[in-house]
Amino acid sequence: MAAPTTPPSALADAVRDESSLRRFLHGLPGVDQVGVEQRAAGLGTRSIKKASKLHAIDLAISMVDLTTLEGADTAGKVRGLAAKAKRPDPERPDVPPVAAVCVYPDMVATAAKELQGTGINVASVATAFPSGRSTLDIKLADTRFAVREGASEVDMVIDRGAFLSGRYGQVFEEIVKVKEACGDAHLKVILETGELVTYDNVRRASWLALLAGGDFIKTSTGKVQPAATLPVTHVMLQAVRDWKAQTGELRGVKPAGGIRTTKDAIKYLVAVHEVAGPEWLDPHLFRFGASTLLNDLLMQRRTQLDGHYSGPDYVTVD
Amino acid sequence: MWEYAPAPESRDIANLKPSYKMFVDGKFVEGTGEPLKTVNPATEEVLAEVSTASQSDVDTAVKAARKAYDRVWSKMPGSERAKYIYRIARQIQERGRELAVLESLDNGKPIKESRDVDVPTAASHFFYHAGWADKLGYAGYGPDPQPLGVAGQVIPWNFPLLMAAWKIAPALACGNTVVLKPAETTPLTALVLADVIQQCDLPPGVVNIIPGAGDVGAALVGHEDVNKVAFTGSTDVGKVIQGRLAGTSKKLTLELGGKAANIVFDDAPLDQAVEGIVNGIFFNQGHVCCAGSRLLVQESIADELVEKLHARVSTLRVGDPLDKNTDVGAINSREQLTRIKELTESGDAEGAQRWTSSCPLPDKGFFFAPTVFSNVSQAMRIAREEIFGPVLSVLTFRTPEEAVAKANNTPYGLSAGIWTEKGSRILWMAQRMRAGVVWSNTFNRFDPTAPFGGYQESGFGREGGRTGLEAYLDV
Repeated sequence: MAAPTTPPSALADAVRDESSLRRFLHGLPGVDQVGVEQRAAGLGTRSIKKASKLHAIDLAISMVDLTTLEGADTAGKVRGLAAKAKRPDPERPDVPPVAAVCVYPDMVATAAKELQGTGINVASVATAFPSGRSTLDIKLADTRFAVREGASEVDMVIDRGAFLSGRYGQVFEEIVKVKEACGDAHLKVILETGELVTYDNVRRASWLALLAGGDFIKTSTGKVQPAATLPVTHVMLQAVRDWKAQTGELRGVKPAGGIRTTKDAIKYLVAVHEVAGPEWLDPHLFRFGASTLLNDLLMQRRTQLDGHYSGPDYVTVD
Repeated sequence: MWEYAPAPESRDIANLKPSYKMFVDGKFVEGTGEPLKTVNPATEEVLAEVSTASQSDVDTAVKAARKAYDRVWSKMPGSERAKYIYRIARQIQERGRELAVLESLDNGKPIKESRDVDVPTAASHFFYHAGWADKLGYAGYGPDPQPLGVAGQVIPWNFPLLMAAWKIAPALACGNTVVLKPAETTPLTALVLADVIQQCDLPPGVVNIIPGAGDVGAALVGHEDVNKVAFTGSTDVGKVIQGRLAGTSKKLTLELGGKAANIVFDDAPLDQAVEGIVNGIFFNQGHVCCAGSRLLVQESIADELVEKLHARVSTLRVGDPLDKNTDVGAINSREQLTRIKELTESGDAEGAQRWTSSCPLPDKGFFFAPTVFSNVSQAMRIAREEIFGPVLSVLTFRTPEEAVAKANNTPYGLSAGIWTEKGSRILWMAQRMRAGVVWSNTFNRFDPTAPFGGYQESGFGREGGRTGLEAYLDV
């Protein structure tokens, strides 16, 4: 197997060869479905009010990867999105900018031009997104193209077919190679949990991606249902928490798809806070992959500050 | 740092009144006992004055129940009884917020639990048993099983409303009438339940609720015209009751203490096991007779599990029971707090290693920080005696046989938990557990369809499910 960005010595054995990798992944503790869903629902009842809500809204805004991944995307659409990313609420300059704009590779140049000097990252999906059904060469070329065009973050997809048929070494190797192709760009590894189906698979895929050097593990492409769910995110947060306990390294989590309301976003932040820990409440370590979420956050922010709800006509649609 | 702002439920919802009366023969009346003052354990303020029953009031209540039994309730068709019980269930749901807030005020349990567990489960017990009322002939006790008569019921302070529901619902469904004594420190929700019952136009005397201390309970269970006694509470009192009832024709069920083992094997789903352990011992401040107060963990994963457990317990939020984000509320009384402190000190003295959550505690009120003792051996008091508080004792085992031996090595036998991904081991273990309830890969789950009850000094008789009907039928 390709040498990974050497995992810490405690885990070096896990990636020695294909069978060690399999043994390691299958040796991870199982996930009880009923238990993790119960815990996620229980934490979902936290009541976040007043100052803590406002803080959560601003934090969530700063964690948004504002995303457009449509066949119909145009330069105009991407420019509009970039403008929104810089000033999410034009009338309220104190609203923080979002973390990144996420586009297809051919739109990276446009986004990069608009966002130059803003500190907002340009994220590009790559590796034959969303299905990942192509050859490794094409996936690597896709990645290199995105980085060359100016992407500072790459959202790759794993080969779910290979994963589900137990070819963990192949999945691992692909991630390692894509990571190499990324250069300095941060790598988010999309597991597409809706196709992995079981929580045990989500846990194994999370560790596989972390072992291979992924900076982030991401739930979904947004093209498959179900996309992000709270219990799946719990399992992934447990993985980065345990990764830190074993290696001292901090890795990130990004739920994507289906998170549309402030209420939902706050439930995710509560999970980050209480499952992974307060350290992860940081755009470097937690992101929301979303398009419509931002406007709901902005509306709720106004409601918190103005004391009344103003409605969707007072936020911009881009 | 992200701090959660206080999110208190409004106490006005509880409709707290300055004084409460007992409920006898369909009316709220002053008792002739010395009134008691019930205290909010989270603030130590007096919530209300509650009248209590004297010996003669007990007699009046039993007579009312007898009359209602003879003239109305035992003669009423099951389908008619069911209508009343369904009505009570719906009223509990409608007044759910009021009951939940009142329960948290009087008992100290977090509103999250009274709202999401106590009140809905209480309603579901009435719904479930209402369904049985006209189907008793199909319950497996013969074609036309008969009620027993007047049931004298004494309940504890840990689930005041829910225990009342557990007791009253099956009694009514089977055609018995009831005199119930709520616990001295938590009488309020039972008296609001009395109001619900009055609003539902239940015939006078079918349910009577008489607050008071142990002497009232003793008078009730000893009353010669009571046919059936149901008691939930301490093993010591249970033994006294059993002694007193020996040689009488009264039917008795007892649901007493426990010292349950929560057994975690090395192939368990660890993160969920941690959740289950936390839920097992810190749910309701550990004031749960079936609490998983002894953690038996396989030695090969003990360090890892305890480390995860400490991290998780550190996130528990202890404080104002009315705050919707509180995970662990107040200890119910000063007396109980003293007992918890005394027992944990014995843990220190006997050489166990104490770990306490660093969570901040409120300045006033009765609070005890979640505590985990490691290096506990079977010989220590904290491994044998019921602490009835947020205190977990961690013991280890090496083989499944040893786990069975240690889990069963207690005079109690109410519940047990088994954590493993191996189905065959769950079944193997469950067959060997001397406990009335065995949970696997979960803990502290309650459902009216599932019988609940104990072995040995945890009592006898079952509550809930088809099996639970037997306690209220002449079979």
